Amino acid sequence: MRRSDTRAFWLFVGPFAVGLLAFVYVPIGWSAALSFFDARNTVTPTDFVGLANYADMLTDGPFLRSLGTFSAFALFIVPTTFVLSLGLALLVNRITVMQAFFRSVFFLPAACSYVVASLVWKLSIFNGVRYGLANTVLGWFGVDPIAWVGSTDPPWYWVVLVTLRLWLQLGFYLILFIAGLQRIPKHLYEAAWIDGAKPGWQTLRYITLPQLRTTSVAVLLLNLIAAYQAFDEFYNVLGTAQGYPPFARPPLVYLYYTSLGSGEQDFGHGGAGAVLLALVIAAVTLVQGKAITR
Amino acid sequence: MNSGDISRRTVLSATGAAALAGLLGACGSNTGRGGGSGQALKQWYHAYGEPGVQQAVERYAGSYDKATVSVQWNPGDYDSKLAAALLAAGGEPDVFESVTQISAVRSGQIVPLDDVIASAKDDFTKTILAGHTVDGQVYGVPQAVDMQMLFYRKSMFDAAGVKPPSTVDELVDAARRLTKGDVKGIFAGNDGGVAVLGGPALWSVGLDYVTAGHDVGFDEPSAAVAIGKLRELYASGAMLQGAVKDWAEPDAFTQGLVAMQWTGLWTVPAVQKALGDDFGVLPWPKLDDNGRASVPVGAYGAMVNAKSKHVDEAKAFIKWLWVDRTDYQEDFNLSYGFHIPPRESLAAKAGKLTTGVAADAVRFVRDNAKSSNPPDWAPSMSSALDDAVSRVVREGADADTELRAAAQKARDELKRLYG
Repeated sequence: MRRSDTRAFWLFVGPFAVGLLAFVYVPIGWSAALSFFDARNTVTPTDFVGLANYADMLTDGPFLRSLGTFSAFALFIVPTTFVLSLGLALLVNRITVMQAFFRSVFFLPAACSYVVASLVWKLSIFNGVRYGLANTVLGWFGVDPIAWVGSTDPPWYWVVLVTLRLWLQLGFYLILFIAGLQRIPKHLYEAAWIDGAKPGWQTLRYITLPQLRTTSVAVLLLNLIAAYQAFDEFYNVLGTAQGYPPFARPPLVYLYYTSLGSGEQDFGHGGAGAVLLALVIAAVTLVQGKAITR
Repeated sequence: MNSGDISRRTVLSATGAAALAGLLGACGSNTGRGGGSGQALKQWYHAYGEPGVQQAVERYAGSYDKATVSVQWNPGDYDSKLAAALLAAGGEPDVFESVTQISAVRSGQIVPLDDVIASAKDDFTKTILAGHTVDGQVYGVPQAVDMQMLFYRKSMFDAAGVKPPSTVDELVDAARRLTKGDVKGIFAGNDGGVAVLGGPALWSVGLDYVTAGHDVGFDEPSAAVAIGKLRELYASGAMLQGAVKDWAEPDAFTQGLVAMQWTGLWTVPAVQKALGDDFGVLPWPKLDDNGRASVPVGAYGAMVNAKSKHVDEAKAFIKWLWVDRTDYQEDFNLSYGFHIPPRESLAAKAGKLTTGVAADAVRFVRDNAKSSNPPDWAPSMSSALDDAVSRVVREGADADTELRAAAQKARDELKRLYG
């Protein structure tokens, strides 16, 4: 009996574990190992350089700058996404008619490809010529066309990137919040009303938000990690065949060009950057988790 | 063949598609092996945009009788896929097309082809061949020349009473005077030309990426002046930004959104179709008397994978196709898109390159060509310079400081490469 249990265990878990090992843990370990070598155009380097790649990345302007930019980006996008998705969830949850419809409508963008959405944003909504959607609307009010993606002063590209990210991601967090909201027992609200609490801010502050704590923590953590791991929409909106501009450059985009850029693959520096980024994400997540759960 | 780049770039975004292409490619790779006469060679191309190229290269490979050559056509992100293949131990592909990079030479990924090209070496355009030469050895046999140049709309120039510019200052002035209503003076990409005009700007004051002695070529005060002109142009309000298509496609120019556009030779057929002969072409002008007018040129070269199990056969195949079979080279360059054969004897003979803008382009390649991507100008150096140029041009940073920092970075790299 026990033996067959074990066999069943490995039968079910085995393929998954093998896949995980081969495609996740080995590459992670390998790239961590590469970070200690001068590994240019090879994944089996022989030139051990110790911590030199880490020293380079930590003195290297572009990588630190992108970490800085995306820390600032996280400070902005995490609360924004949190508040908006929570607000939407509260609204959708209160609707009595066609709730499923509205839930689906708001969730739908989460199922959309980042690449497709990026191209729609870049090429049709926010293109810089007069017949772009945003510029057409501005034109009705007599405003000159704005080069949304091209302009750096003011940095209009953030409008494109932030609206795109919110559109793509709100739906997912909205669903998490709705699930959380529906798990809050109705009798808590009824008891509060009997005790004289007014529906609205009071119940939100003393019942809904505390009951949503676990969901909120999950949403914040996922959000924070997603902010540091930003890649797709940035790469597709701001990247060109010639490369990526030095502003609004996510750490992963910089590392992508470092280790996989055309013609030269510098896996040593790329690996070191990846390890550093993972450490930053882990540290920030731990601090945030501590701060919220106290 | 940069029209290939266009489709490559578009598809590049779709990483999923690229992965799928990889899978399909992997399936396909089984079919080429086995039967046939002699050794089996595997040859890779990126997906050229022009119809007919794939059939043509398959036809060339099919008519080779010393080995069975199977062609793999690679839609999607060719560079990454090729890089991954060259890292693997399998030795596939045996033959492929790429640009020569010093890093690939230093890490022993490609083999010298001097003996392959020897019989026709003098016939290849010098600048093009230099783009495939590292430490005096040739690593790629040039297949087709691509170049960038400035297109201008004759009727708009006439209407505004502006002459085609022969200096950078005249160009900035022309761009200003041609900006009227919905028409902007010039378009050079949605990044304000940062990615493509850095080189021409350096060349306009007689500087370069890297000197012949492997030192940084732009650590001079005049570099800041040259890049400063790009900033002036960018900030003048005469530059179109945020067009739907980028600089590599002629749409902004053919739709009349601009009077000038920096784009490539490959757009000539489309521009001719849209505008007839109401356009002319120019090199990027000089800024001062130290500099010269320039056009960036480059060419994919046929190369041999050093890990191939059939290096000699692969070299023999390249010699047959890209050195001996001039008829195929002519067909490849002139029958599908619009390119200049890298061999001067073929370029001189080609009827459709003797008149109009095509003849101008051939003349620019002869007189004004600068390598757009010299082998010792490694990606880490070019990204340092691109970042600096971008900050100066698009964000108004101090040109001197930024360029000096980029020069320092490039110098460190060059020191690592050449000691």
